[in-house]
Amino acid sequence: MISAQAFGDPGKMKDYHYTGPVEHRFSPYAYNGGTVLAVAGDDFAIVASDTRLSEGYSIHSRDSPKCYKLTDTTVLGCSGFHGDCLTLTKIIDARLKMYKHSNNKTMTSGAIAAMLSTILYSRRFFPYYVYNIIGGLDEEGKGAVYSFDPVGSYQRDTYKAGGSASAMLQPLLDNQIGFKNMEGVQHVPLTQEKAVQLVKDVFISAAERDVYTGDALRVCIITKEGLKEQTVPLRKD
Amino acid sequence: MALSNVLETPAAGFNFENAARNAALEGLFDGGQTPKPLKTGTTIAGVVFKDGVVLGADTRATSSEVVADKMCAKIHYISPNIYCCGAGTAADTEKTTDLLSSNLTIYSLNSGRNPRVVMAVNILQDMLYRYHGQIGASLILGGVDCTGNHLYTVGPYGSVNKVPYLAMGSGDLAALAILEDGFKHDLELEKAKELVRAAIHAGIMSDLGSGNNIDICVITKQGVDYIRPYQESEYKDDRKMKYKYRPGTTAVLTEKVVPLKLEVVQETVQKMDTA
Repeated sequence: MISAQAFGDPGKMKDYHYTGPVEHRFSPYAYNGGTVLAVAGDDFAIVASDTRLSEGYSIHSRDSPKCYKLTDTTVLGCSGFHGDCLTLTKIIDARLKMYKHSNNKTMTSGAIAAMLSTILYSRRFFPYYVYNIIGGLDEEGKGAVYSFDPVGSYQRDTYKAGGSASAMLQPLLDNQIGFKNMEGVQHVPLTQEKAVQLVKDVFISAAERDVYTGDALRVCIITKEGLKEQTVPLRKD
Repeated sequence: MALSNVLETPAAGFNFENAARNAALEGLFDGGQTPKPLKTGTTIAGVVFKDGVVLGADTRATSSEVVADKMCAKIHYISPNIYCCGAGTAADTEKTTDLLSSNLTIYSLNSGRNPRVVMAVNILQDMLYRYHGQIGASLILGGVDCTGNHLYTVGPYGSVNKVPYLAMGSGDLAALAILEDGFKHDLELEKAKELVRAAIHAGIMSDLGSGNNIDICVITKQGVDYIRPYQESEYKDDRKMKYKYRPGTTAVLTEKVVPLKLEVVQETVQKMDTA
């Protein structure tokens, strides 16, 4: 017979309430962390992601990149709930094949983006817990970046960061690529070398301050010659 | 001469005024989310060796998923012969150890003796139990006094454990694995330091809440060796590009100059000791 005298007026006995059976809901989602970033240039696109897969305060894997190659000219970066990332990429791969077989051509970046939007919205009331960013070349060969929210809203950008460290990276990109909040700076077009170096530096900063970002960085560079990949080590602690 | 009252216990046994206020405050915030206190999300460890006690800690302080402090000090001074590692809510560990240190200093000045570790443990246990876990501090107390080398842990609800080796914080399981494997009674100093370093390192690598550098504190009868940092993080940021902004990059919208009329009342010159 315990009377918990807690959170009430001291000196006065509080009535002990039986609160009834408490329902513990099973959550179908888990948060596995990770950060993705995409930058579009005049004739190239870069999609980069860290390779850490975590849950709570533990690390599941130090080598789980979040960039998925869809076609020779398009790469998808997805972070959030890893289970949904895997299923979503499987579904997209299947739809790409179906399109190829029916229309006898590869899907373009813009078409893939529009298709992904409908796939995500079809699950409006039990969403895929995934933050997607597509990077690739459009029909004219110019770089294109499409960023999505978990239920399918999307738009074309020049650069976008998504995932756990997105709030830290996006303002930095706004400043360095978009030349925002700066006076009297020359708006030089972004070269491929500068963009790759900027992406690497920006992830080093993200790994310093975000616990879910680290281990290694996978950078995918898309040009009309094809896809090139680079791996750069990041903080492991 | 009467001993000053070292610790004044409040009149009623349990004081929950702040708990009632906190519960009321929670209702004021939208969505019931109060501002999150800074937690240390830590790995701390301690080992008793032949000549004394070695304490170790990492240096990362997190505020949910963001690293708030990359070089925070988690090994706190209690008295010349007692040091304390703290895990949990950063403010709680700081203030609790400060309070303990003040009280023990008053005792030392009154009695002319170094405080014993058991006294520190009793004061902490008393205070943390009285607050029934509202103070989120998990502490590892280590020290050397006239009765020997001691290592205690005090939990946030007031539980006490006297052990030869232990680890606390979010990385405690990783550190404990190393300690369980390598601990022996009466280790030599260098082996003990290496064991604690390896334990904290395991916590840093496996736990997302721990990271950056390792601090070590060695307490012996001869004195204290506080090595901060004992081991620097091997990850140095090597950003290749320079991010410099020319003066004038930030737009100046308006400028207002107000001259301050001052008169010199007194001028003193103090040489800086730059030796």
